[in-house]
Amino acid sequence: MLLRTAWRRVAAAVRVAPGPKSVAPTRGLRLRAVDLFPQSAVPSDTATAPQAESMLRPLYMDVQATTPLDPRVLDAMLPYLVNYYGNPHSRTHAYGWESEAAMEHARQQVASLIGADPREIIFTSGATESNNIAIKELEAAIQPDTSLVSVMTVNNEIGVKQPIAEIGRICSSRKVYFHTDAAQAVGKIPLDVNDMKIDLMSISGHKIYGPKGVGAIYIRRRPRVRVEALQSGGGQERGMRSGTVPTPLVVGLGAACEVAQQEMEYDHKWISKLAERLTQKIMKSLPDVVMNGDPEHHYPGCINLSFAYVEGESLLMALKDVALSSGSACTSASLEPSYVLRAIGTDEDLAHSSIRFGIGRFTTEEEVDYTVEKCIHHVKRLREMSPLWEMVQDGIDLKSIKWTQH
Amino acid sequence: MAASSRAQVLDLYRAMLRESKHFSAYNYRTYAVRRIRDAFRENKNVKDPVEIQALVNKAKRDLGIIRRQVHIGQMYLTDKIIIENQEKPRT
Repeated sequence: MLLRTAWRRVAAAVRVAPGPKSVAPTRGLRLRAVDLFPQSAVPSDTATAPQAESMLRPLYMDVQATTPLDPRVLDAMLPYLVNYYGNPHSRTHAYGWESEAAMEHARQQVASLIGADPREIIFTSGATESNNIAIKELEAAIQPDTSLVSVMTVNNEIGVKQPIAEIGRICSSRKVYFHTDAAQAVGKIPLDVNDMKIDLMSISGHKIYGPKGVGAIYIRRRPRVRVEALQSGGGQERGMRSGTVPTPLVVGLGAACEVAQQEMEYDHKWISKLAERLTQKIMKSLPDVVMNGDPEHHYPGCINLSFAYVEGESLLMALKDVALSSGSACTSASLEPSYVLRAIGTDEDLAHSSIRFGIGRFTTEEEVDYTVEKCIHHVKRLREMSPLWEMVQDGIDLKSIKWTQH
Repeated sequence: MAASSRAQVLDLYRAMLRESKHFSAYNYRTYAVRRIRDAFRENKNVKDPVEIQALVNKAKRDLGIIRRQVHIGQMYLTDKIIIENQEKPRT
């Protein structure tokens, strides 16, 4: 919330000041980059000196919040936004047939990524809707002792991988339905709904370099899992999710899944390499940094670090050239420390000091190095200003202090 | 249809790299260049002509995608990101 008010102030300042001429209308938020690159600055006595500051966008290191579209995905979608605009449920003409063919092809692409049958994939508006459908099943259950286990495959805040195959095995033996929200995991780690005995799975488009506003739910057919529809209407998607299926979006989701399947190994290698680089460099240069989450069972692209004696929001504000988050985007409006960090037993003060670094398919080594450099610089600076840090340097044990009430 | 010769594969490789350098978005540009280099390197020892032809066909399709997406990116320009000043300027 603090961050958003700060951005509004920056945006207002940007609008007021006359900026340099730009080629095309730019709608994004920009930063002033005044002293950042003194070596490239023109000599001060030229006429362009007042224009030496340029508008630059921050680096994107928040892939857990959302991902950019892969160019291959946009390329697949565009024809359906330009010429092939038919309703996939129109049965009587070529526009409908070609749209339906595209939708079914996309369904196959999604199914293939998770080892499912295309008939088990229902398109939704996103993982949130899929989660709601899955959990509503619990309420629709007829038998009093039927229940549902619902677990995130990869956590979006700390990147921990849950032992899905283990959980699946247990649920299957106890005849309990097993749902997993795989939004952060699909296309990043190998998933097979049959090997892992998953009954229900939520998939999100915009976490895997696909479009926003689309997702899918995997619903097992054998043995049949019954779900109740959240929205009723024309009976599309086998009656489980009425509403015209948005062909351009599902084509994008399908393309994103296919690309992910092809690139999974390559992406994993690249992201692991960059993650190792980031954590090593930071840990080597700064003391009192804690990585949150089990390092053994961890997805490398989501690194959550706590910098002791530094307030997380202050560090985020200082790192204004890098788009980062200190927790999950869905709870970012509140000032409460992350419930995930609290759940894993992180101290309250460390929970407030956490930053999440997201590394994705398009992240570069240079972006990691820049982020690390800025992070180290600002953590040192903020610690210098911290009285708590001063006390720790003097050897005082903070836990032994009796803070008086005023 | 003649099998793709070494020269044709190299031409394709150069064309893809050349085109990719025109992506206006930093992240797309850097990814494309890196991915193309790594993909061609990874497949350099493939001997089976059928497999080679399949890879060449896929590369040609990908070249088409790159061309179109580069063009679209250039129509929707925005500001550079903060790190681009530190890079060598690319044409």
